[in-house]
Amino acid sequence: MVRRYNRTLKLTGWFVAATAGLLLSVFFAVSYGAKELTLPAVWSAVFHYDAASTADQIIYNLRLPRVLGAVLTGMAFAVAGAIMQGVTRNPMADTGILGINAGSSLVVALSFAFLPALSYTGLMALSFVGAALATLLIVVLGAATPGGLSSMKLTVAGAIIAAMLHSLSTGVALYYDLSQDLAFWYAGGVGGIGWNQLKLLAPIILLTILWTITLGRPITFLSLGEESAVNLGVRVRLIKVLAMTAVVILAGVSVSAAGAISFIGLVVPHMARRLIGVDYRVVIPFSALLGAILLVWADLASRMVQPPREFAIGAMVAIVGVPFFLVLARREGREL
Amino acid sequence: MMDIHRVQVGKMRRAWLVSLLLLVVAVIVMLISLNTGTIRLSPLRVLYTLFGMGTRQEQLILFDYRLPRILITMLAGIGIGVAGAVLQGTSRNSLADPGVLGIHAGAGLGLIVYVSFFRTLEGSSAIWIPVFTFVGGVVTATIIFLLAYDRRRGLLPIRLILVGIAIAAGISAITLLLSLRLDEDTYTFTATWLAGSVWARDWLHVWALLPWIVLLVPWVYWRSPKLDLFALGDELALGVGGYVNRSRIELMLLAVALSCASVAMVGSIGFIGLAAPHIARRLTGAKHQYFLPAAALLGLVILLGADTIGRSIFQPNFIPAGVVVSAIGGPYFLYLLLKSRF
Repeated sequence: MVRRYNRTLKLTGWFVAATAGLLLSVFFAVSYGAKELTLPAVWSAVFHYDAASTADQIIYNLRLPRVLGAVLTGMAFAVAGAIMQGVTRNPMADTGILGINAGSSLVVALSFAFLPALSYTGLMALSFVGAALATLLIVVLGAATPGGLSSMKLTVAGAIIAAMLHSLSTGVALYYDLSQDLAFWYAGGVGGIGWNQLKLLAPIILLTILWTITLGRPITFLSLGEESAVNLGVRVRLIKVLAMTAVVILAGVSVSAAGAISFIGLVVPHMARRLIGVDYRVVIPFSALLGAILLVWADLASRMVQPPREFAIGAMVAIVGVPFFLVLARREGREL
Repeated sequence: MMDIHRVQVGKMRRAWLVSLLLLVVAVIVMLISLNTGTIRLSPLRVLYTLFGMGTRQEQLILFDYRLPRILITMLAGIGIGVAGAVLQGTSRNSLADPGVLGIHAGAGLGLIVYVSFFRTLEGSSAIWIPVFTFVGGVVTATIIFLLAYDRRRGLLPIRLILVGIAIAAGISAITLLLSLRLDEDTYTFTATWLAGSVWARDWLHVWALLPWIVLLVPWVYWRSPKLDLFALGDELALGVGGYVNRSRIELMLLAVALSCASVAMVGSIGFIGLAAPHIARRLTGAKHQYFLPAAALLGLVILLGADTIGRSIFQPNFIPAGVVVSAIGGPYFLYLLLKSRF
């Protein structure tokens, strides 16, 4: 009884800390940038918006949407990564192996080549379709073979199809002389997100995350191994399909909005599991908070290194994430 | 006893047959490749010219343009194929390829560092690009080795792969940061290189690559019984009496050297290192002594074929060989993998 009480207390503590951290990070990220603004100015811009003041305009029209965009996409990538790692029981699984980055980058390359006048929202929609199609291709190919969709087969098929699509998009980009445009897109960034895109992103991402939390229990069982999950009464195939659907929605939407920064989805779930254990009912929401914090800081860093130029946010995430991941890799190696 | 002997002989005969067949295919692909280009040369004219009986123009085309490029492609194909086979053998991971050791990422970074900071270096870029990419690949592989090394338990394959992924991601990030600052033309060259295209076309490059392949490939072949030992797993290999760690490090260094030398000449073509050993193993069986030659020849055939296709079909523009390899090799490889149960 006491232990259980302690555990709840600890969890609550972590969640309160993470939420507070997220709020603080958001305020920081909104107030710092090429033009520095004080916290009271941010406060008044949000709650007493004055269209005549430049500061209010910068905050309301430029910074707030991009920071909120970072929050949402960070959440989505982190949750997608957590689900992938839980379902495939592969600590290195991220949304890359579902072909999501590669599929959307091929479609983006094609639309740069043939539909150059496409709007940002149109590009987002198309790249989401590309991501979903690539995943569908991988899952169907994996499932249509003898032995069914094992986690190993998913990984192999995913790696190969991703490599194929990736090199096709390089080919298209080189042939039509678009490689640098594509590189900029691929490098990612939340700078292009405005209120219009947020209206689209927010409900999709938040609702999907809420939905995945209800899948937390069966995913926890699945992460213990497929056989024990079956014994515990989990309908494995159904849960896998539902989980993949959630991953495609989350990662596909955020890749299309912010580019290929799925490394965040590899790193954050590991952090979350170390801090609060392996129960996916809490790992999923906690990963969401951590992912949001990490991406908000990565975005801030990418703006602050050399203002007013912006660095690629994907590179920022990797530079922060890699040392951490190395420590993790050494530790996993020791246990294996 | 007789039966085992007969099976052995059968396998050996099969391996010989496969290798011979691949050799014939390689010669055919080479002739086609010599023939393709803006000006076509018939095989007969090629033969004449090789023996010094061609016109001046034919000699120029053959000796100054096509032959060096084709020789580089062939050598690099062999190098990448063998390096992939060795890496898969030593790490007991059928998905390992030179990319796992960060060689492609490191070589790419080397190239970007050169075009970003040392462009004005004396001497032509033809000399410096291979130097920078080779050093980039070797340094990255060394870093990954050192980080994956455990003082008590030696080199652990699983940790090698984890560390490799992380380092490759970090290096790609730096590459991306630097590459976004390049001007458009330089970037296009870099992107073509990164996609894997045979850019080296001087005799200098042939002579630079030749010793690596000629010396290291036989060395790997000589050590091939060790590769068979690794397939049994570390404990068993140790029990049978192998110095597991020492041979693993030796073979991995060989693979690193082979693939760095090849990648420096033909850009980061990843897929061949993965696919050639797989297909070879299917054709000749799992014994390295038999399938290493097949893997080498397959690497040669695939790379040379892809380069020929890439520069002939899409004239006057061209498609990097790496793109052709994964566009054609990908589906086939997928078919092979999905047909098998695992």
